[in-house]
Amino acid sequence: MLRFILRRTFGAVLILLLISAFTFFMYYAIPQDPATLACGKNCTPDALAIIHKNLGLDDPIPVQYWKFLSGLFAGRDFAVGHCPAPCFGVSFRDQQMVWDTIMDRFPLTLSLTIGGLLVFLIVGLGTGLIAARYRGTWLDKTFSSISLVLSSMQIYFLGPVVLGIFVYSTGWLDKPKYVPFSENPAQWFMGLLIPWIVMSVIFTANYTRMSRSTMIEQLQEEHVRAARAKGMTGRYVFFRYAWRGSLIPILTILGMDLSALLGGAVVTEFTFGLAGIGRLAVDSVVGKDLPKLMGVMLFSAAFILLLNVIVDALYAVIDPRVRLS
Amino acid sequence: MTTLTKPEDAPAAGASDAFLSVRDLHVRFATEDGVVKAVDGLSFDLERGTTLGIVGESGSGKSVTNLSILGLHNPLSTTIEGEIVLDGKELITATEPELEKLRGNKMAMIFQDALTALSPYHSVGRQIGEPFRKHTGASKREARERAIEMLEKVGIPHAKRRVDDYPHQFSGGMRQRAMIAMSLVCNPDLLIADEPTTALDVTVQAQILDLLKDLQQEFGSAIIMITHDLGVVANMADDLLVMYAGRAVERGTVREVLKTPQHPYTWGLLASMPRLTADVDEPLTPIAGAPPSLLNPPSGCPFHPRCAFRNEVEGADRCVDIRPELPTGRGAACHLTSDQKSRIFTETIRPRLG
Repeated sequence: MLRFILRRTFGAVLILLLISAFTFFMYYAIPQDPATLACGKNCTPDALAIIHKNLGLDDPIPVQYWKFLSGLFAGRDFAVGHCPAPCFGVSFRDQQMVWDTIMDRFPLTLSLTIGGLLVFLIVGLGTGLIAARYRGTWLDKTFSSISLVLSSMQIYFLGPVVLGIFVYSTGWLDKPKYVPFSENPAQWFMGLLIPWIVMSVIFTANYTRMSRSTMIEQLQEEHVRAARAKGMTGRYVFFRYAWRGSLIPILTILGMDLSALLGGAVVTEFTFGLAGIGRLAVDSVVGKDLPKLMGVMLFSAAFILLLNVIVDALYAVIDPRVRLS
Repeated sequence: MTTLTKPEDAPAAGASDAFLSVRDLHVRFATEDGVVKAVDGLSFDLERGTTLGIVGESGSGKSVTNLSILGLHNPLSTTIEGEIVLDGKELITATEPELEKLRGNKMAMIFQDALTALSPYHSVGRQIGEPFRKHTGASKREARERAIEMLEKVGIPHAKRRVDDYPHQFSGGMRQRAMIAMSLVCNPDLLIADEPTTALDVTVQAQILDLLKDLQQEFGSAIIMITHDLGVVANMADDLLVMYAGRAVERGTVREVLKTPQHPYTWGLLASMPRLTADVDEPLTPIAGAPPSLLNPPSGCPFHPRCAFRNEVEGADRCVDIRPELPTGRGAACHLTSDQKSRIFTETIRPRLG
């Protein structure tokens, strides 16, 4: 287990290094001087030179990359002040420390993810299990057709519709906004309720269908029938034998969905006017803001890698045939 | 079926006092293509301490019969009619909780492929001990002790150490032994073995069959041995039932059926077996044609489209129109007269069997 974690961590670091190098060098393939962007409309050559110097753009690109890397571990000093490790640098646009901006946006993304996750896991897996248990009945057909309709929905369509009904027409709920949990848990909850539900609707539908189909597959396994032949009750066999096996494919998809969400729910954030990691990512690309771009990229990539390791470790917990070496 | 004659077995329903008595069993599945008549009027008896072999091609209704005894068919799509009485208890009308008390306890099943029939997610010991806990109310520790005892009984070396292993850590033969240990853990009175040795190589196969015989002597269980291997049947069974298209076509003691078979289908089965004395180049003789579709089984005798001796039957198209009855006790469901049967067997079939 320890060896597995060490090996995977090493691999993850290597991948992050490759991603950062690729991003860094590709960025300079854009035929535009980042300094002119920061300089604004009334830019003089002198001002441009100062900005060049401040941003460290005078150095050769490999040197800049090296400075960026060492900054990650040792911190760096900029004109705007010291940037402690992990230092992703200072934004070309707003002169803010990138790490601070990410940490500022992350609580929203984390809140969105956790709330949405709870809704779509509980509702999605639950309805899927019920549909599989009562396969072929009206209950199954209802759940299956609803989930088929909902899974073909889009957040940017469903979001405004829900806002229109619950916020603008009836006024039952306030417009979504983010209030930190530590500040006011009730407002935090009410502010994110609509985004959670709308975002989870699409995920829920997918989990319903997947949970149902993997469960039906598992229920047809010979060992499920053998367990029934031993006199074990239907409920016991359903959960202990069939459900256990259906968890592996669900876990795989869950890991992918979770890492995507933690990397920013772009559409959800734009639909509800929330500023999380997703909006930050879009802003940094549109603004050609390399430090921000690097920060968001590496931050999201790190989550994907972390969740990959966790999912792989969980495979071994669920299925004794999986060995972590 | 144009003419459906009365059920094939003479004793009135429920009259039998055998340990296991199956009477006029009909099992039908509703599928998208129509109704499959998987078992069509089957009757047989089984006494304690004896073994009944059931042979037949795939799809002849062998496995379905046994799943209906255990009540493991899908209740939504399956209709079961007839009577299954185990030790005085009617099983078809029994409720699910009643059946759960019997399954694994009074009646148990050995599945064909232990690799798929054992769950990969639970240790072997746990899977063996589970029914023991359920049926005897034993504690976890007692169930584990019992599992070790059973593993020792079926000949797994170092049972104490292997009890916590998972099925994938066992070899094929050991898995089948573990499977047998699992079905015998509550000393069932009725053991249904569905091709218990098909997935195994021949030496392990012999060991497993010996093991089953020993265990039967020890516990006096009744065994139903489903197989399409006549060698296994000759070795294990007392009585033999030959099934074709969901019906029993011949029954008798193993010796009777194998020595003097009476049904053309049984002749075909025996002729299709490889012989040790035959020349290696000599091709096997398959039964002409394919097993019938159970969606729309042939009228009259279900074997008539493949039967080579149809023309010997007196009276035009009796095989097509009238369903032959299987007599109680020794006999075959065939319109040939017993003189014809013995003549054809001695003159045509026996020389081929070598």
